[in-house]
Amino acid sequence: MDIYRENIIEHYKNPLNHHPMEDATLVDEDLNPLCGDRIKIWVKLDGSTETVESMTFQGNGCAISQATTSMLTEVVPGMSIDEVESISQEDIRELVGVSLSPVRLKCALLGIKVVQAALLKYRANQIKNGE
Amino acid sequence: MNIISDDDAMNQQILVEKIREDFPIFKQKVRNNLDLVYLDNAATTQKPRQVIESLTDYYTHWNSNVHRGIHYLSEVASDMYEKAHQDVGKLIGASMEEIIFTKNTTEGLNLVARGLEQKLKPGDEIVLSRMEHHSNLVPFQIIAKRTGAKLKFIETSNSQLLDIHSAEKVITDNTKLVSVPHMSNVLGSINPMEQISEIAHEHNSLFMIDGAQSVPHIPINVKTLNPDFLAFSGHKMLAPMGIGTLYGKASVLEEFEPLLYGGDMIRSVSYESATWNDLPWKFEAGTPNVGGGIAFGTAVNYLLDLDMHRVRRIEHDLTNYLIKRMKETDYVKIFGPEDINHRGGVVSFNIFNKDGMLIHPHDVSTLLDEKGIAIRAGHHCAQPLIESLHTPATNRISFYIYNTFQEIDYTLEVLENIHTMFS
Repeated sequence: MDIYRENIIEHYKNPLNHHPMEDATLVDEDLNPLCGDRIKIWVKLDGSTETVESMTFQGNGCAISQATTSMLTEVVPGMSIDEVESISQEDIRELVGVSLSPVRLKCALLGIKVVQAALLKYRANQIKNGE
Repeated sequence: MNIISDDDAMNQQILVEKIREDFPIFKQKVRNNLDLVYLDNAATTQKPRQVIESLTDYYTHWNSNVHRGIHYLSEVASDMYEKAHQDVGKLIGASMEEIIFTKNTTEGLNLVARGLEQKLKPGDEIVLSRMEHHSNLVPFQIIAKRTGAKLKFIETSNSQLLDIHSAEKVITDNTKLVSVPHMSNVLGSINPMEQISEIAHEHNSLFMIDGAQSVPHIPINVKTLNPDFLAFSGHKMLAPMGIGTLYGKASVLEEFEPLLYGGDMIRSVSYESATWNDLPWKFEAGTPNVGGGIAFGTAVNYLLDLDMHRVRRIEHDLTNYLIKRMKETDYVKIFGPEDINHRGGVVSFNIFNKDGMLIHPHDVSTLLDEKGIAIRAGHHCAQPLIESLHTPATNRISFYIYNTFQEIDYTLEVLENIHTMFS
């Protein structure tokens, strides 16, 4: 049962930064229709430096999706928008630290997918507003 | 102790061992040299060698197109293909004319939805249930939007079956079609089809049964259930994928316009117009899945030889045992009817850690899979129903004729380990 190494179960049972954020810059959510995993994220940006100040999440779903997103809330703050957008599948695999079948990889990728989608919309708005 | 029933149980175990011999897939190992424990039969069943051989026999010896070649192979293939329609008809008490081969249940349900669309007007009603698989819901959402017809739903009773009182209220003289599942793929409920059939017909409505989960598992006769349509899939009853049946009452099919036009479904064609072929060919346009159809016939004969009452008995005993064992624990929640006589071989459940926290079904099924056990987890293509159960998803064990009590014991052992691991 090595795919459920203790830290995944620990993150699942006691997720970090697991609450809404009132002064968030970005709010977004998505679901993995296969599992019914749902993730909603709140991200606070520092507009002048284009970096992530903090991130929180809520959701329900499998241990993999929730634990990975919990881990992300520790990793993402301090990163620049560009850095967050360049987080790859491989990076997530490394973060989780266990082998995942293609189906379960989708669970692990849900959190970062929501964050990156929110940042993309933020960028699109910047362009639209002529910044 | 009842000696007769013990003997009977013993005979049944011997029979199941014999049945397993027919399924090549159980001779191979999965993952790290583990025995395959296949408990995802509501999704699709395994295939016996007889069916696999029937498919290869067709392609090896008889491959040719049907109903058109004036040559030996085509004649034999046509006969075999027609005989398969007869065999499938025999299973449900229908004649060959009433058996339309489709791709699967979904196609059958869609064919009826689209055929009905041509007759619907605003104010007409289509009655479904709260237990629908997406395939008996979405097609009707679409045609309701297009025609202005209204969708109505039969509620579920406290005993987790379709509620007859609700059916009596919901079905009216404006109802043009009642389409409901005989057996729920999530709850396992075996619904009261005869009563709903009667209510529908009292109001001159058409009545369709989604038989995807019932035809493979319980004895069915269209003469007693009296549906106008009954859709089911071959692959959920030993046959290959890509072949299924839409049964239609002959008098109703005569009135229905074909939905696909082309070869094989016509009688004569001029540049300006065409007339339609006899039933069932009027609804089977183009070259059909001949090999799949023939293998479907073989699968049905396998089940008829076994006897559908025996099939039901095997699954009933397995389900009874599984539920009894699950109820002995304090961390399993079972969904669906309490009364085992109204439940097919489908058991949806959730498991919890010692603090009562849900262990997500996908984690459960991944961990079972590591031990060679295949079950389903998720919303089972029935999202609205799953939401009404107030759970994000369920695990589902579903049986067929080759499953054993030992497989249940082994699965419960692994479930116990998962419970401990998350606690």
